[in-house]
Amino acid sequence: MIGVRRAIGDVVVMTGRNLVHIAREPLRLSDVTVQPILFTLLFIYVLGAGLVLPHHGSYTEFAIAGLLAMNLVTSAIGTAVGLSDDLGSGVIDRFRTLPMWKPAVLVGRSLTDLLTATLCALIVIATGLAVGWRPHGGAEGLIAGFAIFLLFSYALSWGCACIGLYTRDAESSQGIGLVVLFPLAIVSDALVPTQHMPTVVRTIADWNPVSAVTAAGRHLFGNPNPAAAIHAWPLQHAVLASLVWSLALLAVFAPLAIRLYRTQTAD
Amino acid sequence: MPGEAMIEAHGLRKSFGETVALDGLDLEARAGTVLGVLGPNGAGKTTAVRILTTLSKPHCGEARVAGHDVVREPNAVQRMIGVAAQDATVDAVLSGRRNLVMIGRLCGLPRSDARARAAELLSRFGLADAADRIVKGYSGGMRRRLDLAAALVARPLVLFLDEPTTGLDPTSRLMMWEVIRSLVNDGTTLLLTTQYLDEADELADRIVVVDHGRAIAEGTPEELKRQVGGARLEVTLSEPQPEATRALAAFATGTVSASADNRHLRAPVNGNSGVATTVVRALDAAAITVEDVQVRPPSLDDVFMALTAGER
Repeated sequence: MIGVRRAIGDVVVMTGRNLVHIAREPLRLSDVTVQPILFTLLFIYVLGAGLVLPHHGSYTEFAIAGLLAMNLVTSAIGTAVGLSDDLGSGVIDRFRTLPMWKPAVLVGRSLTDLLTATLCALIVIATGLAVGWRPHGGAEGLIAGFAIFLLFSYALSWGCACIGLYTRDAESSQGIGLVVLFPLAIVSDALVPTQHMPTVVRTIADWNPVSAVTAAGRHLFGNPNPAAAIHAWPLQHAVLASLVWSLALLAVFAPLAIRLYRTQTAD
Repeated sequence: MPGEAMIEAHGLRKSFGETVALDGLDLEARAGTVLGVLGPNGAGKTTAVRILTTLSKPHCGEARVAGHDVVREPNAVQRMIGVAAQDATVDAVLSGRRNLVMIGRLCGLPRSDARARAAELLSRFGLADAADRIVKGYSGGMRRRLDLAAALVARPLVLFLDEPTTGLDPTSRLMMWEVIRSLVNDGTTLLLTTQYLDEADELADRIVVVDHGRAIAEGTPEELKRQVGGARLEVTLSEPQPEATRALAAFATGTVSASADNRHLRAPVNGNSGVATTVVRALDAAAITVEDVQVRPPSLDDVFMALTAGER
């Protein structure tokens, strides 16, 4: 059997390899560098210009937590694309014949994507600060909120890993990822409060994990949080619900991804 | 250890949908020897290598590499083997050096050992100058050599090379042969697949001829040639002459075949001395002008043609 130290070493090597890929092809990072700036400015200055919040809160104050969620959710496609790229190249066969800890390929990918998600989140925060957003929950609130977003993003990347492993093709991954992740980001309280949505959509939105994560972020950042007035359990206990959602996603998708990796690479 | 079987496969079967890739293949290679697996495209060579290197599972049969079962103890097998597959399996976005260091680390070498081993292999395979360039920019020959170096990082006991020279230009091919010969001198057990008969003849101690997923002949290169027997007569005419074929048929122990331009004729003959002289005299008597006459021992090409003729 392979010891824990070897397994950690293999994960470090795989993460390092993915980071070299990023350094060689930095344009691939545009979805976590350029896109967050663009989304933040577009949503605040275009959508925010016509939106009135309940209780007359500032849209900028309201929007940043939602934009964090939106950007992290959509950039999770990167995990699917990166893995399907690997699966399509011969290098995966090399890894499969080495006496290494095999899941290191997946764990290394997820850690790389956690690092790029951190970069993405920092850029949203910086852009927010530049356009007048301020956190009012103190440093602990800021750090706790940040951690909740990243944990959710990490859990979601294991779901996207499953998409990449299932399709084994970068373009299909991108397509399926968009179909799954875009509604997930939009049908939530991330960009607009759910109060005025039609009942069915609103119910879905209130129970969408993205809503809980966003509400938790707004609560911890001390920003306007219209979701606090909604009686759905996840929005009343947003922090706890975010943790439960994230851990549940991890518990389902991490083992599934490891299993898919085994079955999809064997012939 | 010498003489011990390092690769043993019995009755391997594998099919992909309707296509039967392996149909009861047996293989054996003893420690420190080179087994050449020779066959045309689609014969099942790559499938056999994938099973022996734990990448694929057989539907039937069993295989052991360095004493470990490939299906039940894949990790133990992986610690003993090096693989250079037909499609280069190195990371195209990393440099040659980073690839080898990465593989060394994944094989459990400490960082400094992995670096030293990478440097040693890069210079041994003439890649020192290109070591820090991205593999994408490597030529086909360089990529193959890097792939071979990657297979050797962990000093494997058993090495698998799947068509190591397919698609290479003649110079790179000779360079690859040199490298492979030097490995064999180190005592590594090697399984090499190829569709080139001269390559198997040149490098292998024993050859298994594979077609349609099963072994159709086995032996040393000499034994296989003897199996086909006799010698090969090759005649080049100054200009095509139909009666030449008839004249040669008198000497041939099989059918006389002609090239597309009808100037080159080939036929199996028995290897008695004086065949060439008799042939020239007979052709001269028939007023056929001859540019060249050769009698040579059968090549593996002839062996292969003879062995697979019935099935095509």
